[in-house]
Amino acid sequence: MDLVSLSSNLLLVSFFAYIIATLFFGGAVRGAKSQASYRNSRSGTIGIIITIIGFLTHVGFFITRWMASGYAPVSNMFEAVTALGMMLIAAFILLYFIYKTPSLGLFALPIAIIIIGYATMFPTEVTPLIPALKSKWLAVHVITTILGEAILAISAVAGFILLLKKVNVKKASRERFWLEVIVYTIVLFLGFIIATSGFRIAGYEAEFNFMNKNEQLERSVYHMPPLFGMNEYEALTEDAMTPWAEMPAIIDAKKLTTTTWSFFVGTAIYLLLRLIFRRPLAAVLQPLTKNANLQLMDEIGYRAVLIGFPVFSLGALIFAMIWAHEAWSRFWGWDPKEVWALITWLFYAAFLHLRLTRGWEGKKSAWLMVIGFILIMFNFIAVNMILAGLHSYA
Amino acid sequence: MSKSMIKCQCGHENPFGTVLCESCGRPQTEEAKKSKTVDMRYEGSARRSQTYQRTIVDKIWNFFSSVKIGVSIIIAVLVTSAIGTIFPQKLYVPANTEAEIAAYYERLYGTFGKIYYNLGFHDMYNSWWFITLVGMLGTSILIASVDRVVPLYKSLKQQRTKRHPSFLKRQRVYGDGPVEDADASLKKAEEKLKQLRYNVKVEDGAILAEKNRFSRWGPYVNHTGLLIFLGAILLRGIPGFYVDESMWLREGDTLEIPGAPGYFIESKGFIREVYSNEDDEIFGKALERNPMIDKNFQTDVALYKKAEGDLPGQTDNISLVKEYSIIVNEPLTFDGYSIFQMDYRTDELKSMDFQLTDKETEQSLGEFTVDLVNPESTYDLGDGRIVELKDYYPDYAGFENGEPTSKSPLPNNPAFFFKMITPEKPEGEISFVAIRQTVEADENDYKVNFVSADTRNISGLTIRKDRTLYILLAGGIIFMIGVAQGSYWNHRRIWIQKGENNEMLIASHTNKNWYSLKREMGQVKEHASLPSYEDREDKESDKEEEEGDID
Amino acid sequence: MTKAEQFAKKRKRRLVIRTIVLIALLAAVVFAIATKKSEKVLAIGDEAPDFEIVDLEGNKHRLSEYKGQGVFLNFWGSWCGPCKTEMPFMEKQSKEFKGKGVHILALNIKDTRLKAETFRDQYKLTFPIAQDKDESILRAYNVIPLPTTILIDPDGIIVDIITTGMDEEEIRQAMESIQPE
Repeated sequence: MDLVSLSSNLLLVSFFAYIIATLFFGGAVRGAKSQASYRNSRSGTIGIIITIIGFLTHVGFFITRWMASGYAPVSNMFEAVTALGMMLIAAFILLYFIYKTPSLGLFALPIAIIIIGYATMFPTEVTPLIPALKSKWLAVHVITTILGEAILAISAVAGFILLLKKVNVKKASRERFWLEVIVYTIVLFLGFIIATSGFRIAGYEAEFNFMNKNEQLERSVYHMPPLFGMNEYEALTEDAMTPWAEMPAIIDAKKLTTTTWSFFVGTAIYLLLRLIFRRPLAAVLQPLTKNANLQLMDEIGYRAVLIGFPVFSLGALIFAMIWAHEAWSRFWGWDPKEVWALITWLFYAAFLHLRLTRGWEGKKSAWLMVIGFILIMFNFIAVNMILAGLHSYA
Repeated sequence: MSKSMIKCQCGHENPFGTVLCESCGRPQTEEAKKSKTVDMRYEGSARRSQTYQRTIVDKIWNFFSSVKIGVSIIIAVLVTSAIGTIFPQKLYVPANTEAEIAAYYERLYGTFGKIYYNLGFHDMYNSWWFITLVGMLGTSILIASVDRVVPLYKSLKQQRTKRHPSFLKRQRVYGDGPVEDADASLKKAEEKLKQLRYNVKVEDGAILAEKNRFSRWGPYVNHTGLLIFLGAILLRGIPGFYVDESMWLREGDTLEIPGAPGYFIESKGFIREVYSNEDDEIFGKALERNPMIDKNFQTDVALYKKAEGDLPGQTDNISLVKEYSIIVNEPLTFDGYSIFQMDYRTDELKSMDFQLTDKETEQSLGEFTVDLVNPESTYDLGDGRIVELKDYYPDYAGFENGEPTSKSPLPNNPAFFFKMITPEKPEGEISFVAIRQTVEADENDYKVNFVSADTRNISGLTIRKDRTLYILLAGGIIFMIGVAQGSYWNHRRIWIQKGENNEMLIASHTNKNWYSLKREMGQVKEHASLPSYEDREDKESDKEEEEGDID
Repeated sequence: MTKAEQFAKKRKRRLVIRTIVLIALLAAVVFAIATKKSEKVLAIGDEAPDFEIVDLEGNKHRLSEYKGQGVFLNFWGSWCGPCKTEMPFMEKQSKEFKGKGVHILALNIKDTRLKAETFRDQYKLTFPIAQDKDESILRAYNVIPLPTTILIDPDGIIVDIITTGMDEEEIRQAMESIQPE
């Protein structure tokens, strides 16, 4: 077996390990009667062992891929997002040993699973590096940044658990509504994964010619039935579905189609789940937080921000500036990705000030931690896909 | 006594606005006296901002001193930055004049684009109001820090080991109760605390154990770093500190480097490489999907410097400094300047080969090459055959008033007036030759045929000089030190003191990470048999866990 | 000194320090905005940077050698319409002002030598024409559009920078403005 396929197999092992570990953490939370038994439960121990195994194979994936390609495997969407999943697990394992909280695992692992699943929807083959990425700073800058983001993501998980537990999900309120929106958004990601892999298994393909925004003829291959057509499109594949509408040149109709399909599938899943449980999903999830200690969750969240913020600053701003100076001749160029890293940084800086001096703890701080993670994911996904700039390699 | 000071019962004089006595910790305000736990931010010291409110200067000062205002400014910068990413910024728009830029936004983004442009959002980060916002942020960082660090320093320096019980009682973690032997407990507690690497001060039946006080300075250190960074950016406005230019350099040309007077750069060649299957078989699949993945952009250059004191235009005394291959991520550096490989254009016409033919026999009478960069005026083909280049239009755009015109100096569409002289026609024939077009005044016997062309590439280079880089880097490093200092360590204090009879009071405070503090307190308590305590903010933890969970 | 006096003094000093700090910060912001916009360009009233160049006939011209005389420094290109239009006028006026101490120096940008020569012959230009091959003079004068004409008075000071084509009357007035007394 060559390194590349060994590498993908290791990732597959990790993926299933995380799923199994989640079940054990679930068992630890459900089975526990008191705080003490919850913290030292057998299921929890098994859960963390399986998580560690999964993490090791994940690291194995990372290293073998690095060996195969000769560069740090963080150069495109697939690689960067899987690395985010890996670091998220690493941050969780670290915090588990400090705080012994299976609840955190019960929520952190599924997030990591979705993140990895999401990553594999992008081209996974080993791609040679373009000149701009050929630098030792690729490894240094990207790995540090992703590590910082993963630690910050853990704070959002802790915040989310705190909210789930503290918000009254039995009564309609603004808080419950927004909590439900977060759950719904997570389901939409599932929708994306299912829609993409569904059409991929079916082998769907439709080719179009279109006029891009620089008024040049370009070709585009859809892997989902085209709901929207590109600017002045012309179908090349026979019997492909006729798009509902033609989009202007500034809108990438292919991505819009993918987004819309994900939205449809995700919404369908959501409605189905609502139909099965007959309650808001936040209420379905709430019992899973029963043994989580609010004070501890607040502390974990805050500490994760404290640990993650300096790492993020170092990777996403300082290393980024040094590399940008070498590759693009300026350390800062107001490229959308740069700006969104700055926005994320400013956001956490504001959070720290609010927490330190205005005493924002508990729910308020938890909401901010969740919003912080949304910003990070926005920078990961939307900025790469929508606000095309120098960083849109994916 | 002046109104500016408040005297505490312990005799210490505190500045006006103090919440907790700097020395003994007794609450000084009505509010503090009533509350159950006390706000320990800045140690309850008087922030200067709250002390004077008289003049307009004080009011502005106090405005910037407020953290609430600081956070609002951060949010304002955040929001404006975000708006700037909705559409591409001016810098990334392929247009030069303001009118073209305006048209670009309107054409691509419609009415929104027009509004965006008209509001100036297309050049957000250079707008006066964005710069003002950043300036306000800097002001806020400076003033708020100065206003806090001084009183905090004073109060931490002045804190007494023995505190008033009312101070201890108002701490978040507090406990009291009788012990068997107070002095023995105190002794043991001291021992354990020292073992846990606390700085222990003992005074009159009271212990103050303190650790990592330096982490309290973290925020001020990182703010200093940020201010240095902002200051360095400001310095770039000073002439000579910062150069940002770009140039197009054709293969074989030597040009003066813009922004670096006295230096010349010659392009010896531009190379663009793409990956092929031979590079590495593992890339095979990716190359199948996209066969044109760029591997390398490279300009081989020679750098020259002219003699000291030579004027612009004088090029007799230029000397080679070095030869270098500029590739992406590896700029050429010299004398504080860096030259980067940024862009390229390929295949600009460089020379054209022609053939003189006899129209009737279609027979070649000789070939010649016209160097489009520096054309000769006569081409001797031998045997008395001569072609004269009478005029040359590098970017031919048709005739105007009976005269050919060129729309640029670039050889995009070269056209030529040739005079063909042969022994048979010594007076010569005139022919106008352009790509796919030949114009003759009279019917000629001869013609000039295009045979082939040679091209050259153009490198897009950027020239930078930034003397502020090291200051920026220093700012960044100081910021990182401060952030780490404030985040990875935490200031912990434990007070243990004898109360009435055999009672012991125990309290503690940290700015973060209560979990670890409580763990350490647990160890001390166990070792010194101290009374139990509770965390007033953690109401959920089981009692058993509080006491027993010790690793 | 009583405590109240001491306090008043301290407060006054604090007010002065605060005022200075705030003014400094304001100045910094104004400086940042001001330097962001302006690019360093030559302005009217500046001393004209010296240069040396060899013209098409092989004669050397050094700006500083024209001290005491006016110099009409013209940057042009053969493809540029307004350049072509103003050339005959310049030729005519150069003859008018020949004995009056005003010289035209025309610097060709980006053309080939052949093109500069055929252009000169076509318009029968007699004033010196030189090619700024490495564009160092263009940069020294920060010239962007073509044609640009820089009027340099007998003291070597720039008295005007004209970035459009001119008609005959404008050229005559321009040359008069730099005529030595």
